[in-house]
Amino acid sequence: MLATLIGFLGDFDLAEEATQEAFAVAAERWPRDGIPSNPGVWLVTTARNRAIDRIRRDRTLAAKTRLLEIPEATEDSVDDATFPDERLELLFTCCHPALAIDAQVALTLRTLGGLTTPEIARAFLVPEPTMAQRLVRAKRKIKAAGVPFRVPPDHLLPDRLAAVLAVVYLIFNEGYGGRGELAAEAIRLGRALAELMPDEPEVHGLLAMMLLHDARREARFRDGELVLLAEQDPALWDAAQIADGRLVLGRALALRGRGPYVLQAAIASLHADEPRDWPQIAALYGELSRLTDSPVVELSRAVAVAEADGPEAALDIVDTLDLDDYHYLHATRGELLSRLGRTAGASEAYRRALALARDDAERRLLQRRLAALRE
Amino acid sequence: MKYMLLIHQGDAPTPRDPEAWAKLSEDEQKAVYADYMAINRTEGVSPGVQLDEPETATTVRVADGKTLTTDGPFAELKEAIGGFMFFEADDLDAAIELAARIPAARLGGAIEVRPVLEP
Repeated sequence: MLATLIGFLGDFDLAEEATQEAFAVAAERWPRDGIPSNPGVWLVTTARNRAIDRIRRDRTLAAKTRLLEIPEATEDSVDDATFPDERLELLFTCCHPALAIDAQVALTLRTLGGLTTPEIARAFLVPEPTMAQRLVRAKRKIKAAGVPFRVPPDHLLPDRLAAVLAVVYLIFNEGYGGRGELAAEAIRLGRALAELMPDEPEVHGLLAMMLLHDARREARFRDGELVLLAEQDPALWDAAQIADGRLVLGRALALRGRGPYVLQAAIASLHADEPRDWPQIAALYGELSRLTDSPVVELSRAVAVAEADGPEAALDIVDTLDLDDYHYLHATRGELLSRLGRTAGASEAYRRALALARDDAERRLLQRRLAALRE
Repeated sequence: MKYMLLIHQGDAPTPRDPEAWAKLSEDEQKAVYADYMAINRTEGVSPGVQLDEPETATTVRVADGKTLTTDGPFAELKEAIGGFMFFEADDLDAAIELAARIPAARLGGAIEVRPVLEP
């Protein structure tokens, strides 16, 4: 509903205010007059009419005359009218690269996720006024700078779709660290996107990857402590969601998808098998690494290589990586060195990881690893 | 919408610095001229003027009624504005596409796209 109104009005604030007014009118009238046969259309029409009234009242917005030329529909005679689904346009506007990434994420959660400003502030651990300010600034920039409300044309689409997927993935990752409502929200956005852009393999790839990772949520923590994948209890995995994720992955592969999200989904799918096909996982990480040129992906490949070819081969990869500030690099080195029986090197590596890790659960996990070395 | 495109020259070589300019091949030099010509002829573009090197700038401030002048541009030399143009466009995407065609953007400079306030 909000997407339709923003598309129509070209103004986030006006659309939000009009939506609130329409709900208020509904709360007053529906109990008295009965619920209209198409409540959604009724709400959009009412909100639209309220917005037009407001524009008429507000001389500073009189420039938007195009809106005033549209004949006004009466609120109770439009039950068969349809309004376009403009969620996709809204998503591309919220994720426009002219906005800072923080603002893209917040705006997407606010307008498409329907989260309130205090909820978003809590989820990202920032004070509420900061988040409110971020949203105000983003909405103002969209309006002032002329950020278009549309699905980008073909020549811009690949880059811009990547930006949208990155925002959804970022929301999911925030949730993966423990704030489950954000992960669920990201999956909802991913589903909407897959429905709206059914021919884009990466869209399905991202959704599949999120479903497959999220299916292991219950197994990732035991009594508040982080449990590594290798030590998770598969009985705690959500089998139905894994099946769903694999179905979505199948769709991505049928579209000949071989992009970063499809590859990550394929890897997540292999991780849900018992026993795991480590050579295949390592090969997929190799493909992903070539695509992304990311040392973090190389680190993951090293972990798979350790299982497929042994810790020595993995250590050769790890020691070429320029990731000195990344605690997972040192945690991985610690693990590999400990398997090779090089205890002194291992505890040194764990200690460096500890100095860099910020998350409490991660820190406790590292302390347990370090303590295990001394036994 | 009307936008002002501010061209920050950065490290982008210009003919005003013959030594740096000579580092571009003849084809690259020709491409720079051709691109600026094509941009100036693009519908909606009102070419601005080219500014002399930032080293020639004088910055003026007034404090307690006293005029203070300093040598050089307000911003860092590298960040100083080298030129500008106006562009009448449908939306920000069109302005970003035009900005990306300005040679300075690919040669080490940057373009700032600013909406112009309509009266």
